Amino acid sequence: MTAAAALAKNRYVPAALGLGSFVAFIALVELLIRVGVINRFIVPMPSDIIAAFPRVIVEEHVVQRFLLTAGEALSASILVTIFGVGGGVLLYRYHLLRLATETWVAAVAAAPLVLMYPLYLVIFGRSALTIVMMGFTAGLAPIIPIMLKTLEGLLATRRVLINVGRSFNLTPSQQFWKILFPAALPTIFVGLRLGLIFALINIVGVEFLINFGGLGQLINELAERYDLAGTYAAICFVILVSICVFILMERLERWLRPVD
Amino acid sequence: MAAVPFERIDTDAAKLAPANAILTVDDIVKRFETPDGVLTAVDHVSLSVAPGEFVGVIGPSGCGKSTLFNIIGGLLDGYDGTVKVAGERVRGPHPAIGMIFQEESTFPWRNVLDNVAFPLEIAGLPRAERYDRARHFVKLVGLDGFERRYPAELSGGMRQRVSMARTLAAQPKILLMDEPFASLDEQTRLLLGDKVLHIQQQLKQTTLLITHNITEAVQLSDRIVVMTYRPGKVKRMVEIKLPRPRSSEIVSSEAFGRYVAQIWSDLREEASRGLDDEESRKLHEGEKR
Repeated sequence: MTAAAALAKNRYVPAALGLGSFVAFIALVELLIRVGVINRFIVPMPSDIIAAFPRVIVEEHVVQRFLLTAGEALSASILVTIFGVGGGVLLYRYHLLRLATETWVAAVAAAPLVLMYPLYLVIFGRSALTIVMMGFTAGLAPIIPIMLKTLEGLLATRRVLINVGRSFNLTPSQQFWKILFPAALPTIFVGLRLGLIFALINIVGVEFLINFGGLGQLINELAERYDLAGTYAAICFVILVSICVFILMERLERWLRPVD
Repeated sequence: MAAVPFERIDTDAAKLAPANAILTVDDIVKRFETPDGVLTAVDHVSLSVAPGEFVGVIGPSGCGKSTLFNIIGGLLDGYDGTVKVAGERVRGPHPAIGMIFQEESTFPWRNVLDNVAFPLEIAGLPRAERYDRARHFVKLVGLDGFERRYPAELSGGMRQRVSMARTLAAQPKILLMDEPFASLDEQTRLLLGDKVLHIQQQLKQTTLLITHNITEAVQLSDRIVVMTYRPGKVKRMVEIKLPRPRSSEIVSSEAFGRYVAQIWSDLREEASRGLDDEESRKLHEGEKR
Protein backbone atom coordinates (compact mmCIF):
# COMPACT_ATOMS: atom_id res chain seq x y z
CA MET A 1 0.00 0.00 0.00
CA THR A 2 1.35 3.41 -0.93
CA ALA A 3 1.65 6.16 1.68
CA ALA A 4 -1.17 8.13 -0.01
CA ALA A 5 -3.48 5.11 0.07
CA ALA A 6 -2.66 4.52 3.74
CA LEU A 7 -3.45 8.14 4.57
CA ALA A 8 -6.74 7.92 2.65
CA LYS A 9 -7.77 4.97 4.84
CA ASN A 10 -7.21 7.00 8.01
CA ARG A 11 -10.49 8.33 9.37
CA TYR A 12 -9.26 11.85 10.18
CA VAL A 13 -6.69 12.60 7.49
CA PRO A 14 -9.12 13.30 4.58
CA ALA A 15 -11.28 15.57 6.79
CA ALA A 16 -8.22 17.42 8.10
CA LEU A 17 -6.88 17.78 4.55
CA GLY A 18 -10.21 19.19 3.34
CA LEU A 19 -10.47 21.64 6.22
CA GLY A 20 -6.82 22.62 5.87
CA SER A 21 -7.25 23.28 2.13
CA PHE A 22 -10.33 25.43 2.84
CA VAL A 23 -8.52 27.48 5.50
CA ALA A 24 -5.53 27.89 3.17
CA PHE A 25 -7.84 29.10 0.39
CA ILE A 26 -9.50 31.63 2.71
CA ALA A 27 -6.07 32.85 3.87
CA LEU A 28 -4.98 33.21 0.25
CA VAL A 29 -8.07 35.26 -0.63
CA GLU A 30 -7.46 37.47 2.42
CA LEU A 31 -3.88 38.00 1.34
CA LEU A 32 -4.81 38.78 -2.29
CA ILE A 33 -7.37 41.35 -1.12
CA ARG A 34 -4.95 42.93 1.33
CA VAL A 35 -2.25 43.31 -1.35
CA GLY A 36 -4.84 44.72 -3.78
CA VAL A 37 -4.94 41.90 -6.37
CA ILE A 38 -8.68 41.43 -5.65
CA ASN A 39 -10.82 44.54 -5.32
CA ARG A 40 -12.16 44.74 -1.72
CA PHE A 41 -15.29 46.55 -3.01
CA ILE A 42 -16.22 43.42 -4.98
CA VAL A 43 -15.06 40.68 -2.62
CA PRO A 44 -14.92 41.58 1.07
CA MET A 45 -12.06 40.29 3.21
CA PRO A 46 -12.83 36.90 4.82
CA SER A 47 -11.89 38.43 8.19
CA ASP A 48 -14.60 41.09 7.66
CA ILE A 49 -17.13 38.39 6.74
CA ILE A 50 -16.30 36.48 9.93
CA ALA A 51 -16.63 39.70 11.91
CA ALA A 52 -20.05 40.30 10.33
CA PHE A 53 -21.47 36.98 11.58
CA PRO A 54 -22.47 38.13 15.10
CA ARG A 55 -24.19 41.20 13.66
CA VAL A 56 -26.06 39.18 11.01
CA ILE A 57 -27.10 36.55 13.56
CA VAL A 58 -28.33 39.02 16.22
CA GLU A 59 -29.57 42.05 14.28
CA GLU A 60 -30.90 40.35 11.15
CA HIS A 61 -32.60 37.41 12.90
CA VAL A 62 -30.70 35.00 10.70
CA VAL A 63 -31.78 31.90 12.64
CA GLN A 64 -35.46 32.52 11.88
CA ARG A 65 -34.61 33.30 8.24
CA PHE A 66 -32.41 30.22 8.04
CA LEU A 67 -35.25 28.06 9.37
CA LEU A 68 -37.69 29.66 6.92
CA THR A 69 -35.46 29.04 3.91
CA ALA A 70 -34.59 25.54 5.16
CA GLY A 71 -38.31 24.78 5.62
CA GLU A 72 -39.08 26.07 2.11
CA ALA A 73 -36.18 24.02 0.73
CA LEU A 74 -37.44 20.91 2.53
CA SER A 75 -41.01 21.41 1.27
CA ALA A 76 -39.81 22.00 -2.29
CA SER A 77 -37.50 18.96 -1.98
CA ILE A 78 -40.40 16.73 -0.99
CA LEU A 79 -42.52 18.01 -3.90
CA VAL A 80 -39.63 17.72 -6.33
CA THR A 81 -38.89 14.17 -5.17
CA ILE A 82 -42.51 13.05 -5.42
CA PHE A 83 -43.07 14.54 -8.86
CA GLY A 84 -39.59 13.81 -10.23
CA VAL A 85 -39.46 10.16 -9.11
CA GLY A 86 -43.14 9.71 -9.97
CA GLY A 87 -42.57 11.15 -13.45
CA GLY A 88 -39.57 8.87 -13.97
CA VAL A 89 -41.62 5.83 -12.94
CA LEU A 90 -44.39 6.84 -15.34
CA LEU A 91 -41.92 7.20 -18.21
CA TYR A 92 -40.53 3.75 -17.33
CA ARG A 93 -43.94 2.16 -17.01
CA TYR A 94 -45.50 3.59 -20.18
CA HIS A 95 -43.27 3.03 -23.16
CA LEU A 96 -45.42 5.15 -25.46
CA LEU A 97 -45.25 8.09 -23.04
CA ARG A 98 -41.47 7.75 -22.93
CA LEU A 99 -41.15 7.66 -26.71
CA ALA A 100 -43.53 10.60 -27.03
CA THR A 101 -41.86 12.88 -24.48
CA GLU A 102 -38.27 11.84 -23.82
CA THR A 103 -36.77 13.93 -26.62
CA TRP A 104 -38.18 17.26 -25.50
CA VAL A 105 -38.49 16.66 -21.75
CA ALA A 106 -34.84 17.58 -21.18
CA ALA A 107 -35.16 20.65 -23.39
CA VAL A 108 -38.02 21.95 -21.21
CA ALA A 109 -35.60 22.12 -18.29
CA ALA A 110 -33.86 25.02 -20.00
CA ALA A 111 -37.05 27.13 -20.15
CA PRO A 112 -36.59 30.15 -17.82
CA LEU A 113 -39.88 29.69 -15.99
CA VAL A 114 -38.36 31.53 -13.03
CA LEU A 115 -39.26 34.71 -14.91
CA MET A 116 -42.91 33.82 -14.44
CA TYR A 117 -42.66 34.75 -10.75
CA PRO A 118 -45.11 37.67 -11.11
CA LEU A 119 -47.77 35.13 -12.18
CA TYR A 120 -47.01 33.02 -9.11
CA LEU A 121 -47.30 36.14 -6.97
CA VAL A 122 -50.78 36.68 -8.40
CA ILE A 123 -51.79 33.04 -7.85
CA PHE A 124 -50.23 32.35 -4.44
CA GLY A 125 -49.73 35.88 -3.07
CA ARG A 126 -46.54 37.33 -1.60
CA SER A 127 -46.04 34.32 0.65
CA ALA A 128 -43.81 31.35 1.39
CA LEU A 129 -46.09 29.24 -0.85
CA THR A 130 -45.04 31.26 -3.90
CA ILE A 131 -41.42 30.61 -3.02
CA VAL A 132 -41.98 26.88 -2.49
CA MET A 133 -43.92 26.59 -5.76
CA MET A 134 -41.24 28.53 -7.63
CA GLY A 135 -38.57 26.32 -6.08
CA PHE A 136 -40.56 23.35 -7.25
CA THR A 137 -41.43 24.36 -10.82
CA ALA A 138 -39.15 27.16 -11.88
CA GLY A 139 -37.67 26.10 -15.15
CA LEU A 140 -38.70 22.54 -14.27
CA ALA A 141 -35.00 22.41 -13.62
CA PRO A 142 -35.28 20.52 -10.32
CA ILE A 143 -37.72 17.90 -11.59
CA ILE A 144 -36.25 16.96 -14.96
CA PRO A 145 -32.91 15.57 -13.74
CA ILE A 146 -34.72 13.53 -11.09
CA MET A 147 -37.17 12.22 -13.69
CA LEU A 148 -34.47 11.34 -16.19
CA LYS A 149 -32.19 9.78 -13.57
CA THR A 150 -35.08 7.76 -12.15
CA LEU A 151 -35.86 6.51 -15.65
CA GLU A 152 -32.19 5.72 -16.26
CA GLY A 153 -31.89 3.81 -12.97
CA LEU A 154 -35.02 1.77 -13.59
CA LEU A 155 -34.01 0.95 -17.17
CA ALA A 156 -30.54 -0.08 -16.01
CA THR A 157 -31.88 -2.66 -13.54
CA ARG A 158 -30.26 -5.93 -14.54
CA ARG A 159 -32.63 -8.27 -16.38
CA VAL A 160 -31.61 -11.18 -14.18
CA LEU A 161 -32.81 -9.38 -11.01
CA ILE A 162 -36.19 -8.77 -12.63
CA ASN A 163 -36.30 -12.44 -13.62
CA VAL A 164 -35.53 -13.46 -10.03
CA GLY A 165 -38.57 -11.46 -8.97
CA ARG A 166 -40.69 -13.02 -11.68
CA SER A 167 -39.51 -16.52 -10.71
CA PHE A 168 -40.74 -15.83 -7.17
CA ASN A 169 -44.10 -14.72 -8.58
CA LEU A 170 -43.85 -11.15 -7.29
CA THR A 171 -46.80 -8.85 -7.87
CA PRO A 172 -46.05 -5.72 -9.97
CA SER A 173 -46.03 -3.67 -6.77
CA GLN A 174 -43.59 -6.06 -5.05
CA GLN A 175 -41.48 -6.14 -8.21
CA PHE A 176 -41.20 -2.34 -8.04
CA TRP A 177 -40.62 -1.86 -4.31
CA LYS A 178 -38.47 -4.95 -3.67
CA ILE A 179 -36.34 -4.98 -6.83
CA LEU A 180 -36.64 -2.10 -9.28
CA PHE A 181 -36.64 0.74 -6.75
CA PRO A 182 -33.69 -0.43 -4.61
CA ALA A 183 -31.74 -1.33 -7.74
CA ALA A 184 -32.31 2.15 -9.17
CA LEU A 185 -31.74 4.04 -5.90
CA PRO A 186 -28.09 5.07 -6.43
CA THR A 187 -28.97 6.61 -9.82
CA ILE A 188 -32.15 8.21 -8.46
CA PHE A 189 -30.11 9.89 -5.72
CA VAL A 190 -27.72 11.34 -8.30
CA GLY A 191 -30.78 13.00 -9.87
CA LEU A 192 -32.09 14.07 -6.46
CA ARG A 193 -28.84 15.80 -5.59
CA LEU A 194 -28.88 17.71 -8.88
CA GLY A 195 -32.59 18.52 -8.55
CA LEU A 196 -32.32 19.78 -4.99
CA ILE A 197 -29.45 22.09 -5.91
CA PHE A 198 -31.67 23.67 -8.58
CA ALA A 199 -34.59 23.86 -6.12
CA LEU A 200 -32.48 25.68 -3.54
CA ILE A 201 -31.10 28.11 -6.13
CA ASN A 202 -34.67 28.86 -7.25
CA ILE A 203 -35.90 29.38 -3.69
CA VAL A 204 -33.17 31.80 -2.70
CA GLY A 205 -33.43 33.50 -6.10
CA VAL A 206 -37.16 34.08 -5.76
CA GLU A 207 -36.78 35.27 -2.15
CA PHE A 208 -34.24 37.74 -3.50
CA LEU A 209 -36.45 38.83 -6.43
CA ILE A 210 -39.68 39.35 -4.51
CA ASN A 211 -37.88 40.60 -1.41
CA PHE A 212 -39.79 38.27 0.84
CA GLY A 213 -39.01 35.41 3.20
CA GLY A 214 -35.72 34.06 4.46
CA LEU A 215 -32.10 34.25 3.46
CA GLY A 216 -32.73 35.46 -0.11
CA GLN A 217 -34.53 38.53 1.19
CA LEU A 218 -31.76 39.13 3.71
CA ILE A 219 -29.13 38.95 0.96
CA ASN A 220 -31.21 41.44 -1.06
CA GLU A 221 -31.52 43.88 1.86
CA LEU A 222 -27.85 43.67 2.85
CA ALA A 223 -26.78 44.13 -0.79
CA GLU A 224 -28.99 47.20 -1.13
CA ARG A 225 -27.39 48.62 2.02
CA TYR A 226 -24.07 47.84 0.36
CA ASP A 227 -23.11 45.74 3.38
CA LEU A 228 -20.82 43.45 1.46
CA ALA A 229 -19.44 41.55 4.45
CA GLY A 230 -22.98 40.98 5.76
CA THR A 231 -24.15 39.84 2.28
CA TYR A 232 -21.40 37.24 2.10
CA ALA A 233 -22.10 36.12 5.68
CA ALA A 234 -25.76 35.57 4.70
CA ILE A 235 -24.62 33.59 1.63
CA CYS A 236 -22.69 31.33 4.04
CA PHE A 237 -26.01 30.49 5.69
CA VAL A 238 -27.46 29.53 2.27
CA ILE A 239 -24.51 27.18 1.90
CA LEU A 240 -25.35 25.83 5.36
CA VAL A 241 -28.91 25.06 4.18
CA SER A 242 -27.43 23.21 1.22
CA ILE A 243 -25.12 21.24 3.53
CA CYS A 244 -28.07 20.30 5.78
CA VAL A 245 -30.13 19.13 2.78
CA PHE A 246 -27.21 17.03 1.54
CA ILE A 247 -26.57 15.46 4.94
CA LEU A 248 -30.27 14.54 5.11
CA MET A 249 -30.06 13.05 1.62
CA GLU A 250 -27.03 10.95 2.51
CA ARG A 251 -28.72 9.65 5.66
CA LEU A 252 -31.84 8.82 3.68
CA GLU A 253 -29.87 7.00 1.00
CA ARG A 254 -27.88 5.04 3.58
CA TRP A 255 -31.10 4.07 5.35
CA LEU A 256 -32.82 2.98 2.13
CA ARG A 257 -29.79 1.17 0.76
CA PRO A 258 -27.23 0.34 3.45
CA VAL A 259 -24.56 -0.79 0.99
CA ASP A 260 -23.67 -0.21 -2.66
CA MET B 1 -11.76 -46.59 -6.09
CA ALA B 2 -14.18 -49.44 -6.71
CA ALA B 3 -15.06 -50.26 -10.29
CA VAL B 4 -18.35 -48.78 -11.34
CA PRO B 5 -20.71 -50.25 -13.89
CA PHE B 6 -20.68 -48.56 -17.24
CA GLU B 7 -23.19 -49.01 -19.93
CA ARG B 8 -23.96 -46.84 -22.89
CA ILE B 9 -27.61 -45.99 -22.90
CA ASP B 10 -28.61 -44.79 -26.28
CA THR B 11 -32.27 -44.25 -26.44
CA ASP B 12 -35.05 -41.82 -27.14
CA ALA B 13 -36.98 -39.74 -24.65
CA ALA B 14 -39.94 -42.06 -24.43
CA LYS B 15 -37.87 -45.05 -23.33
CA LEU B 16 -36.27 -43.09 -20.52
CA ALA B 17 -39.34 -41.12 -19.45
CA PRO B 18 -40.08 -42.04 -15.85
CA ALA B 19 -43.65 -43.14 -15.28
CA ASN B 20 -43.99 -41.04 -12.11
CA ALA B 21 -42.53 -37.86 -13.59
CA ILE B 22 -42.94 -34.69 -11.53
CA LEU B 23 -41.83 -32.51 -14.43
CA THR B 24 -42.93 -33.21 -17.99
CA VAL B 25 -41.80 -31.20 -20.97
CA ASP B 26 -43.77 -32.26 -24.00
CA ASP B 27 -43.02 -31.43 -27.61
CA ILE B 28 -41.81 -27.87 -27.02
CA VAL B 29 -41.20 -25.75 -30.09
CA LYS B 30 -40.06 -22.14 -29.77
CA ARG B 31 -39.43 -19.85 -32.71
CA PHE B 32 -38.07 -16.29 -32.70
CA GLU B 33 -38.52 -13.61 -35.33
CA THR B 34 -35.11 -12.28 -36.34
CA PRO B 35 -34.03 -9.79 -39.04
CA ASP B 36 -32.84 -12.82 -41.05
CA GLY B 37 -36.18 -14.63 -40.75
CA VAL B 38 -37.72 -17.10 -38.31
CA LEU B 39 -35.25 -18.89 -36.06
CA THR B 40 -36.31 -22.16 -34.44
CA ALA B 41 -34.51 -22.20 -31.09
CA VAL B 42 -36.13 -25.29 -29.59
CA ASP B 43 -37.52 -27.97 -31.87
CA HIS B 44 -39.92 -30.62 -30.55
CA VAL B 45 -38.09 -31.17 -27.27
CA SER B 46 -39.60 -33.61 -24.79
CA LEU B 47 -38.18 -34.77 -21.50
CA SER B 48 -39.37 -35.69 -18.04
CA VAL B 49 -37.88 -35.78 -14.59
CA ALA B 50 -38.80 -38.15 -11.75
CA PRO B 51 -39.02 -36.98 -8.12
CA GLY B 52 -35.55 -36.78 -6.59
CA GLU B 53 -33.86 -37.22 -9.96
CA PHE B 54 -30.99 -35.03 -11.19
CA VAL B 55 -31.18 -34.47 -14.93
CA GLY B 56 -28.59 -32.55 -16.90
CA VAL B 57 -29.31 -30.90 -20.23
CA ILE B 58 -26.16 -30.37 -22.24
CA GLY B 59 -25.55 -28.81 -25.61
CA PRO B 60 -23.31 -26.33 -27.41
CA SER B 61 -23.88 -22.59 -27.24
CA GLY B 62 -26.88 -21.65 -29.34
CA CYS B 63 -28.74 -24.95 -28.89
CA GLY B 64 -31.65 -23.32 -27.08
CA LYS B 65 -30.73 -24.48 -23.56
CA SER B 66 -31.45 -21.12 -21.95
CA THR B 67 -34.64 -20.75 -23.99
CA LEU B 68 -35.75 -24.13 -22.64
CA PHE B 69 -34.79 -23.00 -19.10
CA ASN B 70 -36.93 -19.87 -19.45
CA ILE B 71 -39.86 -21.84 -20.89
CA ILE B 72 -39.81 -24.43 -18.08
CA GLY B 73 -39.43 -21.66 -15.50
CA GLY B 74 -42.46 -19.89 -16.95
CA LEU B 75 -40.50 -16.76 -17.93
CA LEU B 76 -41.05 -17.19 -21.67
CA ASP B 77 -44.32 -17.76 -23.46
CA GLY B 78 -45.42 -17.93 -27.06
CA TYR B 79 -44.25 -21.52 -27.63
CA ASP B 80 -45.92 -24.73 -28.79
CA GLY B 81 -46.09 -27.77 -26.51
CA THR B 82 -46.68 -28.11 -22.79
CA VAL B 83 -44.78 -28.02 -19.52
CA LYS B 84 -46.43 -29.78 -16.60
CA VAL B 85 -45.54 -29.98 -12.93
CA ALA B 86 -47.16 -32.99 -11.25
CA GLY B 87 -49.70 -33.05 -14.05
CA GLU B 88 -50.55 -29.34 -13.73
CA ARG B 89 -49.81 -27.21 -16.77
CA VAL B 90 -47.29 -24.41 -16.24
CA ARG B 91 -48.48 -21.12 -17.71
CA GLY B 92 -46.09 -18.74 -15.96
CA PRO B 93 -43.71 -18.79 -13.00
CA HIS B 94 -44.80 -21.75 -10.87
CA PRO B 95 -44.31 -21.93 -7.08
CA ALA B 96 -43.10 -25.54 -7.41
CA ILE B 97 -40.19 -24.47 -9.61
CA GLY B 98 -37.18 -22.65 -8.19
CA MET B 99 -34.74 -21.05 -10.59
CA ILE B 100 -31.02 -20.40 -10.27
CA PHE B 101 -29.66 -18.17 -12.99
CA GLN B 102 -26.37 -18.16 -14.85
CA GLU B 103 -25.71 -14.49 -14.18
CA GLU B 104 -24.92 -13.20 -10.71
CA SER B 105 -28.36 -12.60 -9.25
CA THR B 106 -27.99 -11.71 -5.58
CA PHE B 107 -29.52 -8.41 -4.49
CA PRO B 108 -26.52 -6.14 -3.78
CA TRP B 109 -28.52 -4.02 -1.30
CA ARG B 110 -29.38 -7.00 0.94
CA ASN B 111 -26.99 -8.92 3.13
CA VAL B 112 -26.67 -12.70 2.83
CA LEU B 113 -29.39 -13.45 5.38
CA ASP B 114 -31.83 -10.95 3.87
CA ASN B 115 -31.11 -12.28 0.38
CA VAL B 116 -31.88 -15.83 1.47
CA ALA B 117 -34.94 -14.72 3.44
CA PHE B 118 -36.32 -12.87 0.38
CA PRO B 119 -38.84 -15.50 -0.82
CA LEU B 120 -39.98 -16.05 2.78
CA GLU B 121 -40.53 -12.31 3.16
CA ILE B 122 -42.62 -12.35 -0.02
CA ALA B 123 -44.57 -15.32 1.35
CA GLY B 124 -45.36 -13.18 4.42
CA LEU B 125 -43.61 -15.29 7.06
CA PRO B 126 -43.04 -13.58 10.42
CA ARG B 127 -39.59 -12.04 10.76
CA ALA B 128 -38.25 -14.49 13.37
CA GLU B 129 -39.45 -17.54 11.47
CA ARG B 130 -38.11 -16.41 8.13
CA TYR B 131 -34.69 -15.65 9.60
CA ASP B 132 -34.61 -19.05 11.31
CA ARG B 133 -35.38 -20.76 8.04
CA ALA B 134 -32.99 -18.56 6.11
CA ARG B 135 -30.18 -19.40 8.57
CA HIS B 136 -30.81 -23.10 7.96
CA PHE B 137 -30.32 -22.68 4.20
CA VAL B 138 -27.32 -20.38 4.63
CA LYS B 139 -25.74 -23.17 6.66
CA LEU B 140 -26.77 -25.77 4.10
CA VAL B 141 -24.74 -24.01 1.40
CA GLY B 142 -21.83 -23.59 3.81
CA LEU B 143 -22.03 -19.84 4.32
CA ASP B 144 -22.70 -19.73 8.07
CA GLY B 145 -20.70 -16.89 9.56
CA PHE B 146 -21.34 -14.72 6.48
CA GLU B 147 -24.98 -13.87 7.27
CA ARG B 148 -24.33 -10.13 7.72
CA ARG B 149 -22.01 -9.76 4.75
CA TYR B 150 -23.15 -8.05 1.57
CA PRO B 151 -22.68 -9.65 -1.88
CA ALA B 152 -19.93 -7.16 -2.76
CA GLU B 153 -17.90 -8.65 0.10
CA LEU B 154 -18.18 -12.22 -1.24
CA SER B 155 -16.47 -14.18 -4.02
CA GLY B 156 -18.30 -15.21 -7.19
CA GLY B 157 -18.72 -18.78 -5.93
CA MET B 158 -20.10 -17.58 -2.59
CA ARG B 159 -22.57 -15.29 -4.33
CA GLN B 160 -23.85 -18.20 -6.43
CA ARG B 161 -24.31 -20.20 -3.22
CA VAL B 162 -26.34 -17.30 -1.80
CA SER B 163 -28.55 -17.46 -4.92
CA MET B 164 -28.87 -21.19 -4.44
CA ALA B 165 -29.81 -20.84 -0.76
CA ARG B 166 -32.35 -18.15 -1.64
CA THR B 167 -34.01 -20.42 -4.20
CA LEU B 168 -33.90 -23.43 -1.87
CA ALA B 169 -35.43 -21.37 0.96
CA ALA B 170 -38.64 -21.19 -1.09
CA GLN B 171 -38.60 -25.02 -0.90
CA PRO B 172 -39.42 -25.65 -4.55
CA LYS B 173 -40.30 -29.16 -5.65
CA ILE B 174 -38.10 -28.74 -8.71
CA LEU B 175 -34.81 -26.89 -8.84
CA LEU B 176 -33.97 -25.46 -12.24
CA MET B 177 -30.36 -24.35 -12.71
CA ASP B 178 -28.99 -22.54 -15.76
CA GLU B 179 -25.21 -22.96 -15.82
CA PRO B 180 -24.94 -21.61 -12.30
CA PHE B 181 -21.16 -22.06 -12.14
CA ALA B 182 -20.34 -20.99 -15.69
CA SER B 183 -18.41 -17.92 -14.60
CA LEU B 184 -16.27 -19.80 -12.06
CA ASP B 185 -12.89 -21.48 -12.48
CA GLU B 186 -12.72 -25.25 -12.91
CA GLN B 187 -11.54 -26.13 -9.39
CA THR B 188 -14.20 -23.97 -7.73
CA ARG B 189 -16.77 -25.46 -10.07
CA LEU B 190 -15.81 -29.02 -9.03
CA LEU B 191 -15.92 -28.14 -5.34
CA LEU B 192 -19.27 -26.42 -5.70
CA GLY B 193 -20.42 -29.52 -7.54
CA ASP B 194 -19.68 -31.40 -4.31
CA LYS B 195 -21.83 -28.90 -2.46
CA VAL B 196 -24.68 -29.41 -4.92
CA LEU B 197 -24.37 -33.21 -4.58
CA HIS B 198 -24.46 -32.88 -0.79
CA ILE B 199 -27.55 -30.67 -0.90
CA GLN B 200 -29.28 -32.90 -3.42
CA GLN B 201 -28.60 -35.90 -1.23
CA GLN B 202 -29.88 -34.16 1.90
CA LEU B 203 -33.03 -32.68 0.39
CA LYS B 204 -33.71 -35.35 -2.26
CA GLN B 205 -34.15 -32.32 -4.46
CA THR B 206 -35.46 -32.88 -7.99
CA THR B 207 -33.10 -30.91 -10.19
CA LEU B 208 -32.80 -29.98 -13.85
CA LEU B 209 -29.37 -28.57 -14.68
CA ILE B 210 -28.72 -26.72 -17.93
CA THR B 211 -25.02 -26.70 -18.76
CA HIS B 212 -22.47 -26.80 -21.52
CA ASN B 213 -19.86 -28.34 -19.25
CA ILE B 214 -19.54 -32.11 -19.74
CA THR B 215 -17.60 -32.74 -16.52
CA GLU B 216 -20.19 -30.89 -14.48
CA ALA B 217 -23.05 -32.72 -16.15
CA VAL B 218 -21.54 -36.19 -15.58
CA GLN B 219 -20.42 -35.35 -12.02
CA LEU B 220 -23.92 -34.33 -10.94
CA SER B 221 -26.51 -36.02 -13.12
CA ASP B 222 -28.47 -39.27 -13.04
CA ARG B 223 -29.42 -38.69 -16.63
CA ILE B 224 -28.09 -36.39 -19.33
CA VAL B 225 -30.07 -35.02 -22.25
CA VAL B 226 -27.72 -34.18 -25.13
CA MET B 227 -29.05 -31.48 -27.44
CA THR B 228 -28.20 -30.63 -31.03
CA TYR B 229 -26.98 -27.27 -32.25
CA ARG B 230 -29.66 -24.99 -33.72
CA PRO B 231 -32.46 -25.91 -33.91
CA GLY B 232 -32.20 -27.44 -30.43
CA LYS B 233 -33.47 -31.01 -30.47
CA VAL B 234 -32.87 -33.93 -28.13
CA LYS B 235 -30.06 -35.85 -29.76
CA ARG B 236 -29.59 -38.53 -27.14
CA MET B 237 -30.27 -39.39 -23.52
CA VAL B 238 -27.51 -40.94 -21.49
CA GLU B 239 -28.09 -42.57 -18.14
CA ILE B 240 -25.18 -42.01 -15.75
CA LYS B 241 -24.72 -45.12 -13.67
CA LEU B 242 -22.03 -43.76 -11.40
CA PRO B 243 -22.65 -44.68 -7.76
CA ARG B 244 -24.14 -42.25 -5.25
CA PRO B 245 -23.26 -40.60 -2.96
CA ARG B 246 -20.72 -39.03 -5.28
CA SER B 247 -18.01 -36.48 -4.82
CA SER B 248 -15.66 -34.62 -7.13
CA GLU B 249 -13.18 -37.51 -6.71
CA ILE B 250 -15.30 -39.43 -9.20
CA VAL B 251 -13.84 -37.35 -12.03
CA SER B 252 -10.64 -39.41 -11.85
CA SER B 253 -12.43 -42.73 -12.34
CA GLU B 254 -12.23 -44.66 -15.59
CA ALA B 255 -16.01 -44.87 -15.91
CA PHE B 256 -16.31 -41.10 -15.53
CA GLY B 257 -13.80 -40.64 -18.33
CA ARG B 258 -15.76 -42.97 -20.59
CA TYR B 259 -18.99 -41.08 -19.97
CA VAL B 260 -17.23 -37.80 -20.74
CA ALA B 261 -15.76 -39.29 -23.93
CA GLN B 262 -19.13 -40.65 -25.01
CA ILE B 263 -20.92 -37.35 -24.48
CA TRP B 264 -18.13 -35.43 -26.16
CA SER B 265 -18.39 -37.67 -29.22
CA ASP B 266 -22.09 -36.75 -29.36
CA LEU B 267 -21.43 -33.07 -28.77
CA ARG B 268 -18.37 -32.64 -30.93
CA GLU B 269 -20.28 -32.58 -34.19
CA GLU B 270 -22.83 -30.14 -32.73
CA ALA B 271 -20.19 -27.85 -31.26
CA SER B 272 -18.35 -27.86 -34.65
CA ARG B 273 -21.54 -26.85 -36.42
CA GLY B 274 -22.02 -24.07 -33.89
CA LEU B 275 -18.47 -22.83 -34.40
CA ASP B 276 -18.75 -22.94 -38.21
CA ASP B 277 -22.07 -21.11 -38.02
CA GLU B 278 -20.65 -18.40 -35.80
CA GLU B 279 -17.60 -17.93 -38.02
CA SER B 280 -19.71 -17.63 -41.18
CA ARG B 281 -21.99 -15.17 -39.41
CA LYS B 282 -19.02 -13.02 -38.38
CA LEU B 283 -17.71 -13.17 -41.95
CA HIS B 284 -21.12 -12.16 -43.26
CA GLU B 285 -21.31 -9.27 -40.78
CA GLY B 286 -17.84 -8.13 -41.82
CA GLU B 287 -18.80 -8.17 -45.50
CA LYS B 288 -21.95 -6.17 -44.76
CA ARG B 289 -19.87 -3.46 -43.09
